[in-house]
Amino acid sequence: MQAALPLPAARTAVATPGQWLTVGAIAAFLTLFLIVPVAMVIIVAFQDPATGAFTLVNFADFARSPLFLRSFGNSLYVSLMAVVWATVFALPLAYFTTRFEFRGSAIIQTLGVIPLIMPPFAGAVAMQLLFGQNGSINLLLDDWFGFRLPLMDGLNGVIFVQSVHYFPFILINVTASLRNIDRSMEEAAQNLGSSGFRLFRRIVFPLAMPGFVAGASLVFIKVFDDLATPLLLNVKDMLAPQAYLRISSIGLKDPMGYVISVVLMVFSILSLFIANFSTRGRDYATTQRGGGGLTKRPISGLDRILAYAIITLILLLVLAPHVGLFLLSIATVWSYAPLPDGYTLAHYARVVTESGQYIWNTLLYSSLTGAAGAVIGAAIAYIVLRTRIPGRHWLDYAASAALAVPGVVLGIGYLRAYFGVQLPNGQSLTSLWIIIVIALAVRRLPYALRACMAAMQQISVSLEEAAENLGATKASTIRRIVAPLMTGGLLAGFITSFATAAVELSATMMLVQNNADAPLAYGLYVFMQSPAGRGAGAALGVIAVLIVGICTYLSQSLAERDRRLKAGS
Amino acid sequence: MTTRRLFLAATALASACAFATPSLAQSGKVTVVTSFSKDVTDPIKQAFEKANPGLTLEVQNRNTNAGVKFVEETRSNPQSDLFWASAPDAFEVLKGKKLLQQYAPKAKGIPEKIGSYPINDKEGYYFGFAASGYGIMWNERYLKANRIPEPKEWSDLAKPVYHNHVSIASPARSGTTHLTIETILQGEGWDKGWGAIKAMAGNFNQIAERSFGVPDAVNSGQVGVGIVIDFFAFSAQGAGFPVKFVYPSVTTVVPANVGIIAGAPNKAGAEAFIEYLLSPAGQDILLSPTIRRLPVNPEAYAKAPAGFPNPFKDKAFQGMITFDVDKSESRTGVVDTLFDQLISFQLDDLKAVTKLMQDVEQGLAKKDNAQARVLLAEARQAVAAMPVTEAQASNDADIKGAFRGGKEGKTRQAEFERKWAAFAKENYAKAKAKAEQALALVR
Repeated sequence: MQAALPLPAARTAVATPGQWLTVGAIAAFLTLFLIVPVAMVIIVAFQDPATGAFTLVNFADFARSPLFLRSFGNSLYVSLMAVVWATVFALPLAYFTTRFEFRGSAIIQTLGVIPLIMPPFAGAVAMQLLFGQNGSINLLLDDWFGFRLPLMDGLNGVIFVQSVHYFPFILINVTASLRNIDRSMEEAAQNLGSSGFRLFRRIVFPLAMPGFVAGASLVFIKVFDDLATPLLLNVKDMLAPQAYLRISSIGLKDPMGYVISVVLMVFSILSLFIANFSTRGRDYATTQRGGGGLTKRPISGLDRILAYAIITLILLLVLAPHVGLFLLSIATVWSYAPLPDGYTLAHYARVVTESGQYIWNTLLYSSLTGAAGAVIGAAIAYIVLRTRIPGRHWLDYAASAALAVPGVVLGIGYLRAYFGVQLPNGQSLTSLWIIIVIALAVRRLPYALRACMAAMQQISVSLEEAAENLGATKASTIRRIVAPLMTGGLLAGFITSFATAAVELSATMMLVQNNADAPLAYGLYVFMQSPAGRGAGAALGVIAVLIVGICTYLSQSLAERDRRLKAGS
Repeated sequence: MTTRRLFLAATALASACAFATPSLAQSGKVTVVTSFSKDVTDPIKQAFEKANPGLTLEVQNRNTNAGVKFVEETRSNPQSDLFWASAPDAFEVLKGKKLLQQYAPKAKGIPEKIGSYPINDKEGYYFGFAASGYGIMWNERYLKANRIPEPKEWSDLAKPVYHNHVSIASPARSGTTHLTIETILQGEGWDKGWGAIKAMAGNFNQIAERSFGVPDAVNSGQVGVGIVIDFFAFSAQGAGFPVKFVYPSVTTVVPANVGIIAGAPNKAGAEAFIEYLLSPAGQDILLSPTIRRLPVNPEAYAKAPAGFPNPFKDKAFQGMITFDVDKSESRTGVVDTLFDQLISFQLDDLKAVTKLMQDVEQGLAKKDNAQARVLLAEARQAVAAMPVTEAQASNDADIKGAFRGGKEGKTRQAEFERKWAAFAKENYAKAKAKAEQALALVR
């Protein structure tokens, strides 16, 4: 293991013209579509509500409010606990499927990603039906044994739902990392007598650290900034819900919502600093790529049964929301009972005629979002890790700050900044569907970026130096050496942004101006807003999950094939 | 009978003319921003397009607040023609910001008032097309399983048997819940009303963030009882859920509205839509099982299902209170913030002290104790106490400045919030101490 070696000194020139150009383009993109729109909204946080003059008094108000301080503490606690539980769910799945000969690795990996594509509203609704105070599990427990489990009460419920929802971030990134580790490291350890958990703890996990840190920081920020889940579980004393409640309340002209948004953004950037710091000064690169080592180890006997049991248990738990959603989609009436009263396909019949356009839009938007995320993410990762352009880290921080921008703030910002821009035919720029894609790309860029950073950290610079010594230009080195070695990371980035873009709602809500341009999540929202039962919405949700799931499975199989090809060469 | 038939024929003729003329002249897309669910918009869209060949209705679904923000942000180049939602407050906000335009509907047969509420905006900026009242809905299975009696009045919900079984949406987030709270405050008076609301709130299981959260929780049996707008319960019944609904005696009916957005690109189409909504055909659609709103044309009730309320005939509606929109509008922000600071964000404390007081009451029933009675009364008083008087809520210059963006106030909204939250916390703690003393006396 080459850990703890100082990073190799980079080359003499600061950067090539091509690199400068890339930096300029990315900076312009982020300025136009992230910084300017957001600034136009959050400026309110720095204004005196009466006079409009610049002031910091609103931040002092924040620090003096017991409610906000309590919310802040709760947000921190919930985010940390969610990271812990997400790790518990993710590590066994990642380790077993990458290190052992296992039937159905691709399926397990895909099932592991599915929780990410739980559409808004749907996840918490389904979890309430199954695990809530009067959900199926508790009604049965009460019936049989006379007690109930407070699984979904208060902060517990938020931690539970969030860790089930976001653990795939850790799973995907750790899996990509594990695949990139040179297995001769593990073999060496095994030859020296290490095995089992010790091997994992001392060798495998430390080498996969960049992937874990990338995933864990995403989970942390995402939970810290998420407002939909706490609100659906009626938990209000957390920071993101407080911001949302204030920004979207009618008639209230107070700056506190925007103050909280600023606090959220600052804290998210801070947690990235910490994540950066924790992997700084170490070198995770191995010159051999994963495929070069041994093939997967066989697993047999009791171990095999145990491994399958653990995987089955985790999958059952994390897929419970989808089971609940499916039941809801075929239920006639489901009320205060462990199972629905009857079953019907009527909800599917109702949504199927309208879902074609939604599905097409969703696939188009999310593919573009995923592709943009992977390309821009890889470019930023390369610039941050391979060049010495001053201020390059700020590209990373700026792009990552998008995580902490509430969707509704970004949506309002776009309208404020670009609604007045008219196209030659008199239409507003914001009425074009590409604006939705840009908003999605900006919001999902951090996911792809973290994955690309992790992948890049694991590539040894010596490979690129060798190529350049042999006369390759920077561009062809990137094309022939870096990009192929990063395939796993790029794909992980693509999948996370694709899958999550497919179910994004909050920014889309503000920007959809035409039903023909609306994506699936918007359709779902429209169908879910019904006091006459959630069946139709659930049916559309199931369709969404299936489609995004199939696409994810296809990308996973591609990744597997790519890995096998590399291993075989 | 003859006069009635004649009248029907006349309206039919009138309405036939009403869309015969526009349908020749108009074509294109009518865009409507609405908070109504697909259950409501789909049937109306189909019928409207059928009656007006050449026009298509583009429905943009946003919640009321997001809709208002959207119309506001797009005012420089409006792309939508109509705003269509329940809460009259939202229309007041739009009207105040000059985002609506005037129109005089031609439809006949719609009275001035429903209950005691004027159906249309007096300056003609928006028009009621359906009415809704507020009340209590409950899940029959849930109540039966937990042996809870059916509620009739708001005050029932404050009884110990309902502890932890009631749900409401936050008035700051749900325009209809805001009106419910305001109705109780106007019906009972400021201090007594807040006392009643806090007594109910002590029994809340949850405070939902959206109005839809409440019927959903009651439908699925997550909670037993919900404070909702009537059609949530009626359409849930229409879908087969085991729920029931009652109008308490202190309630009101208010119209759900539609208005034309200022600078609407298809003004003629927008007018055609309003005329259709108010026509007999448009009014009849409101009775279909997934919509179940109260039509504003009294004639429509002839086709209503059995047991469907009729606000123009039923006694319960005649005694309903007169809702004062101006008063409501003058204190919207204050009422919502008070609710959040005294109730939503102090819910755990409020519930704990309510439970204690209920235990004291039950103890007193078994073993009377004069001192415990006094302590209990003092505890109740402390819980009910308000940091703001009715006059201050509407007229205090400082409060007005903080909540309505005026320049006259010195204090910021955040400072008021902190003060009110501290006031509530202190009073709930005081009440808790007294209730604990009282409980020790009756044990």
